[in-house]
Amino acid sequence: MSKHPTAYDPAEFEQEYHTSDIELQRRTFRRKQTGKSVLISLFSTLIFVVVIVAVLSRSSGWHAVQKTFFSPHYFMDSLPAVAKGLLTNIEILFFAAIGVAVLSTLIALARTLQSPVTFPLRFLAASYTDLFRGIPLLLVLYLIGFGVPGLGLFGRIDPILLGTIALIINYSAYVAEVIRAGILGVHPSQRAAARSLGLTYGQTMRLVVLPQAVRKVIPPLMNDFVALQKDVGMVSVLGIIDAVRAAQINVALSFNYTPYVVAACLFIAMSFPVIRVTDWYANRRRHREESSGVV
Amino acid sequence: MDLLATAAATSDHPMLEVRDVRMSFDDNVVLKGVDLTVHEHEVVSLIGASGSGKSTLLRCINLLEQIDDGQILLDGVDITDPRADSDKVRAQIGVVFQHYNLFPHMTVLDNVTLASRKVLRMGKAEAAERGRAMLERIGVGDKCDVYPDQLSGGQQQRVAIARAIVTNPKILLLDEITSALDPILVGEVLDLVIDLKREGATIIMATHEMSFAKHISDAVVFLEQGVICEKGTPEQIFEHPQHPETENFLKRVLDWMN
Repeated sequence: MSKHPTAYDPAEFEQEYHTSDIELQRRTFRRKQTGKSVLISLFSTLIFVVVIVAVLSRSSGWHAVQKTFFSPHYFMDSLPAVAKGLLTNIEILFFAAIGVAVLSTLIALARTLQSPVTFPLRFLAASYTDLFRGIPLLLVLYLIGFGVPGLGLFGRIDPILLGTIALIINYSAYVAEVIRAGILGVHPSQRAAARSLGLTYGQTMRLVVLPQAVRKVIPPLMNDFVALQKDVGMVSVLGIIDAVRAAQINVALSFNYTPYVVAACLFIAMSFPVIRVTDWYANRRRHREESSGVV
Repeated sequence: MDLLATAAATSDHPMLEVRDVRMSFDDNVVLKGVDLTVHEHEVVSLIGASGSGKSTLLRCINLLEQIDDGQILLDGVDITDPRADSDKVRAQIGVVFQHYNLFPHMTVLDNVTLASRKVLRMGKAEAAERGRAMLERIGVGDKCDVYPDQLSGGQQQRVAIARAIVTNPKILLLDEITSALDPILVGEVLDLVIDLKREGATIIMATHEMSFAKHISDAVVFLEQGVICEKGTPEQIFEHPQHPETENFLKRVLDWMN
């Protein structure tokens, strides 16, 4: 070994290694700093909470508000009915989400077609997104929910189905734009590479472009999904007994607003897992894609 | 070497000392105890295969990565001390990246004067004057008001170098600055580095340009799997490598080139 100026053996380097005193001191210092920061943030949170509670409980109307909105009695009383209503919301959400996924992808694909022959398709898709992003969801619900049965073409239609269709129509317009942004965000060289292999336009989209596009836009898609989760509550305007409607009925019976709080709590509970999963996914992807170091 | 005949003599003053630095990403140990001293006015080249730890070492020096152990001293100050203000440390270190990383939403002049204005708190007029002089010097004086995407790769990389040195950093880190360039544009960037060396800049560069490393370096360091396998003068490393790993690496790189 004397021939070599530096002994080179990675394994040897690792075996001999003991953490140095300097590093141990640094770690102790950093731990202390972290401890300090945690204490400060806990303390400031505590002060914040105390101030809020103090302000609320000293306000003159607090007692009345507490009674009308946060009554434990009415909470437990209305919970079963509102929870049963939420099942309807979940059912609508399930089918609406699938419908939105399919319709919005088709619209996005139609909008990204290139050939002059497909101009009518592109035009239709563009008009669709322009139109339905402009109409308030409530109006779409009224138009579909009361207008379609009014035509008398299909006999009696379940309002749940109509509500679901209205949601699909409304949300597909937004989601299609998100997916289109994702498709445009896939570098053109990917398309060139796929077409160079002899894949058709359709195969290129299905096997190469869309999988990358969807992955890119998963966070905004999840955001739209969370928005959809609470907008399913809007179908109550069609007379469907969902969580919102069930709460309304209970309010009407008792003149106590606690059932609305019950519905709000249930909606939060429903969206919470999705929000957390979205955050987790976004963080994981950031961690994987860029080794941006400590800055 | 005659090209560098007028180069400032290297001094004994250690500008950068890397002492037994270790660094890992999760389970992957990237640096396994690296020792390196760079003196003032010295140019040190890091060579080695991709994944040998060259870039990681530069990122550690610039505090873009937190080291697991060891120490890094810049001009005698321990910059790995957690009490050190890493923003102030980075302000004293110039970095040029492989992909230029110019800010696309700013003009060339704004790119070059950003740090002067926002970090050194220099007045707008003074910063612009110095920026213009710098751009003039690197031969893109007429491009002050254009955006980076209107420049060639070589021009962009020279602007990136200008951006890094306009604040007079103590040391300049060059991370494979010619790897993304068209071969025909490599020369103009390397010429600028030679100019900097002649003016006495202290430089560490990770590079795959062996002949350039041989030509400009005061010392060459061969990294292999996160360990400094061999270091010495360019003559020692390129003409008489002592270590079989070095010999093997150079043989593969140079054979392919011939």
